[in-house]
Amino acid sequence: MLLGPSLVVSAVLFTLGVVGVLLRRNAIVIFMCIELMLNAVNLSFIAFSQQLGLDGQVFVFFVMTVAAAEAAVGLAIVIAVYRHRDTVDLQNINLLRG
Amino acid sequence: MSLPAHPLAGGVADWVGLVILLPFAGFLVNGTLAFVRPRARRVVAAVGVGAVAAAFALGVAIFLAVLAAHPTEPYVRPLWTWFHVGTLRVDAALQVDQLSVVMLLVVTGVSSLIHVFSIGYMQDDPGYARYFAYLNLFVAFMLVLVLGASFPVMFIGWEGVGLCSYLLIGFWFEEKEKADAGLKAFLVNRIGDVGFLIAMFLIFSHLGALDFATVFAQAPHALPAGGGVVTAIALFLFLGCIGKSAQIPLYVWLPDAMAGPTPVSALIHAATMVTAGVYLVARANVLFAMAPVAGAVVAGVGALTALFAATIGLKQWDIKKVLAYSTVSQLGYMFVGVGVGAYAAGIFHLVTHAFFKALLFLGAGSVIHVLHHAYHASGRHADAQDMRNMGGLGRTMPWTAGAMWVATLAISGIPPFSGFFSKDEILGAAFARGEVQPFYLVVWAVGLAAAFLTAIYMTRLMLYTFHGPNRTGDLERPHLTEAPAVMTWPVVTLGVLALLGGALNLPHVGTLHHWLEPVTEGSAAFLPALVPATGVEITLMVAAALIGIGGIWLAVRRLRPEALVTPERAPAETGLQKLLLEKYRVDELYRAAVVRPLLWFARVVLWKGVDQGAIDAAGVNGSAAVARGLGWIGSRLQSGQVGTYVVFFVLGALAVLAAVLR
Repeated sequence: MLLGPSLVVSAVLFTLGVVGVLLRRNAIVIFMCIELMLNAVNLSFIAFSQQLGLDGQVFVFFVMTVAAAEAAVGLAIVIAVYRHRDTVDLQNINLLRG
Repeated sequence: MSLPAHPLAGGVADWVGLVILLPFAGFLVNGTLAFVRPRARRVVAAVGVGAVAAAFALGVAIFLAVLAAHPTEPYVRPLWTWFHVGTLRVDAALQVDQLSVVMLLVVTGVSSLIHVFSIGYMQDDPGYARYFAYLNLFVAFMLVLVLGASFPVMFIGWEGVGLCSYLLIGFWFEEKEKADAGLKAFLVNRIGDVGFLIAMFLIFSHLGALDFATVFAQAPHALPAGGGVVTAIALFLFLGCIGKSAQIPLYVWLPDAMAGPTPVSALIHAATMVTAGVYLVARANVLFAMAPVAGAVVAGVGALTALFAATIGLKQWDIKKVLAYSTVSQLGYMFVGVGVGAYAAGIFHLVTHAFFKALLFLGAGSVIHVLHHAYHASGRHADAQDMRNMGGLGRTMPWTAGAMWVATLAISGIPPFSGFFSKDEILGAAFARGEVQPFYLVVWAVGLAAAFLTAIYMTRLMLYTFHGPNRTGDLERPHLTEAPAVMTWPVVTLGVLALLGGALNLPHVGTLHHWLEPVTEGSAAFLPALVPATGVEITLMVAAALIGIGGIWLAVRRLRPEALVTPERAPAETGLQKLLLEKYRVDELYRAAVVRPLLWFARVVLWKGVDQGAIDAAGVNGSAAVARGLGWIGSRLQSGQVGTYVVFFVLGALAVLAAVLR
């Protein structure tokens, strides 16, 4: 039940996340968009687990754990970058240019 | 195998390896001393002379064993298997037979005398130990050359003596001119060595073996006589001989080789190494007899060289240069002998020439030594080798002068000196073959003309050096003495040999001829009889003797040693004399025709063109440029912009998705 609408919401959220990552420049915002994508995927997992068993929900826990770790590391990097460059605009951060 | 044991097996001939080992050990000891104790002259001389003299003693013992047994088959003493690849098996084996024993005696005997002479000649040289080390090494390699039982083993000796020749010509390498002379000898010899190698390849590809016994036994059955293959083999072998034995067109290195110490010229560039080519032709007599064209080429080149070099010898002022061209000329005679098919005669002349030419060089060495010391004492710089600085030395150096007169009469072919018999036998054989093939009559006539010139230039050398007034200088004259005894007695010993050497092979007795028959019998089937009728033979002998006497008479009548002046005051030569003095400008011709184009080709085409143009530009730098270009393209992707990476990532993810869903 409610599988179709759940997946539609998940797809919309994921697309928003992708578009956000592609179009925004602020590292924090991009970060949030990535979280959005992860949670869109989580929503799909939950929706499917209604029919396919609890495996999907277990996966969601893993994703949340990884997302938390990622947020911790990612935000630390962003803070470190900000201290050096006084900006978190990714257009200005291209030290690894070939 | 149930073959009966060879008559030489189990006897002293089994020790033939020691003959080579002795001088090689001398080389090792003296070579070490050259680094450790360069001033230990007595030890160095004792080791150097002792090693070669011991080898000579062993050689005599082996000779006596061969004399007693007189085996019909060569005795091959295998030492170890050198290499064994597919069907090719080459043993490091030595061969004792009549021919190799003759060479063994000549090489070790003459070497012993020259080693003794060197004690005196090199007395004050700082490179004393190095000199004796090289000289010992040379003797060892020369013995490998004459004792080797297969073409590859012989080739080791062949290359080894070339190396020692290079080292000894450039012995005084501080002077660039002398180092260059060594290099020239080495490079010119390379041309001939290529011929030797090609001949070996041909022999192996057609006969499947390289040892003398198999090759010479198989060749008459496996190859058609006079066919292209055997002619090619013989001609390529002869190319090797042309290089090593200084025949036209590769003779140019030998006169320059006189840059080395004079005993070296006597040993390597007169008595032994340069005769290796003659030995090779005599050794491979079956192949040369089977290829009449090759035989004619050998005889023709020999005769031409004999005459050509003799004309140059007429006008040289450097005493060693006269002898050098004389050597080239006499080597030509030997090739006439072996080319005609008179192998015993060629070897006979090789032996007598080893005696009288070694004597002439050693005598010249004594003269140079004495003059050098005289100039050293007076502090004046003048050429101690220029005959215009000599004259009248016979009064102070009677022993040297007397011995050199013996050698001069021998080389001029005056009976009963040794050279008369050997030269006469070669010319007689050429004449006898000329009765069948007229080409050889031309060879005979050219040889006779060269004999006439030989008598002239040798008499000229003697007159200008030992007779007439002395031109050395007033300051130096009191210092002119006879050379020390250690130098005169080898010269006198060689004088006795040069006088009596003809007894080895008297006409109609032919001791050496019969002695060598087991070696040369394989070729007899392919050759006409080479002994002229008795009446003709006597006529030829008288003619040859008269030619020699006539040459000496003409030289004595026409040359005026009193009128000579020292080189500083000598007027410039003109016309033909200038051309002869400048050696027909052959060196200049080679420089213009070969050396310069080769250098140009090397510099412009190979270096600038191929190396820098193709290999560097396209290969080395080209591949680097390609890698850099590809790297540049790759580096453009690495913009450092996270956004760009994400775009590509998303596009890639979409592509994967599309591929999966399709």
